[in-house]
Amino acid sequence: MSAFAQTQLKETFVINLGPQHPATHGVLRVKLVMDGEYIVEAEPVLGYIHRMHEKMGENRTWAQFMPNTGRMDYLHALAYNHGYVTVVERAAGIKVPERAEYIRVITAELNRISSHLLWFGAFVLDLGGFTPLLYAFDDREQILDLLESVTGSRLTYSYFRFGGVYNDIDGNFVPGALAFIKRLRERMPMYHALVTKNIILRKRLEDIGFITPEMCRKYGATGPVARGSGINFDVRKHEPYSIYPELDFDVPVYPKGDSMARYLVRMDEIEQSMRIVEQAIAKLPEGPVMAEKAPKILKPAKGDYYHAVETARGSFGLRVVSDGTNTPYRLKLRSPTFSNLSLFGEACQGMLLPDALALMGSLDLVIPEIDR
Amino acid sequence: MKANAIKQAMAALPAMAIAEPEYAKRGNHLDVTVAPDQLVAAVTVLDSHGFFIEAITGVDWLGEKAALKKEAAAKAAAAAKAAAEAAAAAGQEPPPSPAAPAEPEGSPVDDLEVIYDFNRYETLCRVTVRTRVPRDKPEVPTISEIYPGANWHERETHDFFGITFVGHPYLAPLLLPEDADFHPLLKDYKP
Repeated sequence: MSAFAQTQLKETFVINLGPQHPATHGVLRVKLVMDGEYIVEAEPVLGYIHRMHEKMGENRTWAQFMPNTGRMDYLHALAYNHGYVTVVERAAGIKVPERAEYIRVITAELNRISSHLLWFGAFVLDLGGFTPLLYAFDDREQILDLLESVTGSRLTYSYFRFGGVYNDIDGNFVPGALAFIKRLRERMPMYHALVTKNIILRKRLEDIGFITPEMCRKYGATGPVARGSGINFDVRKHEPYSIYPELDFDVPVYPKGDSMARYLVRMDEIEQSMRIVEQAIAKLPEGPVMAEKAPKILKPAKGDYYHAVETARGSFGLRVVSDGTNTPYRLKLRSPTFSNLSLFGEACQGMLLPDALALMGSLDLVIPEIDR
Repeated sequence: MKANAIKQAMAALPAMAIAEPEYAKRGNHLDVTVAPDQLVAAVTVLDSHGFFIEAITGVDWLGEKAALKKEAAAKAAAAAKAAAEAAAAAGQEPPPSPAAPAEPEGSPVDDLEVIYDFNRYETLCRVTVRTRVPRDKPEVPTISEIYPGANWHERETHDFFGITFVGHPYLAPLLLPEDADFHPLLKDYKP
């Protein structure tokens, strides 16, 4: 018997990844049990920036909670605005003017593009490519300027109101948005040529980091993570809200389930969001942007209400319980990345550490939204 | 429609209340209320029909029973008053005041409600499963063996409400600090 066989007892050690680590994009910590370069077990440790938004919701009025929604997923804050106003409008039975819904969709989709652009840059940065981040930020900056002119803020938007939006778009917004789309359309082929077709990127992502459809179901994964595993699920199509049924767009689905599939889903979604913005601008009706009869003091009828919207990371659901007063009795925020990250422990078993970091990047984590 | 199949499968389980709320108003298709010991059976039905788990959460109904009692007492008092007035108008002796209103059934301890949300990828069907446990002994069986994704949701609910998920493999604080012994979403929580 060789000496080698005798030492085959498993020798593992623990690596602590984060909470301060550039690859975790915020303060996420992962306890990794390693067998050499391979991961035996991974346990994400959450809560470093937990703010208890749900408790905050219980001690302020319905309208006062609005700014909180822009501070969870700070990359796609307008979708969170959208989710919160729609659930409260459902509870209180408020009708929204059509122009306001169009403006909501246009701004939320621009915000989705900006979120995907930031993910694109940061993800390639995780894989060791620095330059695309600078290009992506350059494009994203144009969107932030546009949204700033309408909403008044660059990141933590609090633009939607129960019954409409805070103010109408100005004369520069539509030409600016169309010019931006023209510009991004010209740059997308460059991104695909330089990054998507890059052999190093493909070697890092293809056939690595598999997530099966059954795993998605058991963990409740939604958004690009589910669509990269061949699940055709998009709340905008599946459970249509706002004016999405009137717009023509596709839901990109890639069946393979590896990190590359999730990459391709998001890159295609940028194109689809541009289509949505163009159509919505073409159809944008005239009229008020705020419901005339929206009550100043809201007191939704007793009961509980659920509404979900599609954010850049998946399905964001809100369950509100009203006791008929001007403050929510209970406000549950179901954030998509919380569920998406929960499958990480199972998905990364037996992977090389650098591949697991690529898998983590392909989940597109935003920590304040997980920790809430 | 998937909801009908689920309704039939669920009806086979004992002691179950199924409501079909108005979807446009409430945002779900089926609202199933079960006893805690039937929870695992109900979730197994949903699992076998291909549902995915959206979320688990709790609601603290502190003061609900007192409010119900007060409401019942007010109703009884109003009825007695009306009867007395009617008797006085007819020129009769007022009837003897009725006995104190009957105590509401069940224990006087308020409930914690645990709410499970499920949905489907293929055809839209939102199912809400609810169960109630008393505040002084909040114990619910875990469903993390059926849905591994429930693991974190149950840990979060334990953090916020102190609900114990019996059989959970690792019920340590998830979002709160690791030594947290408080439950901030309880209505009587004082920081």
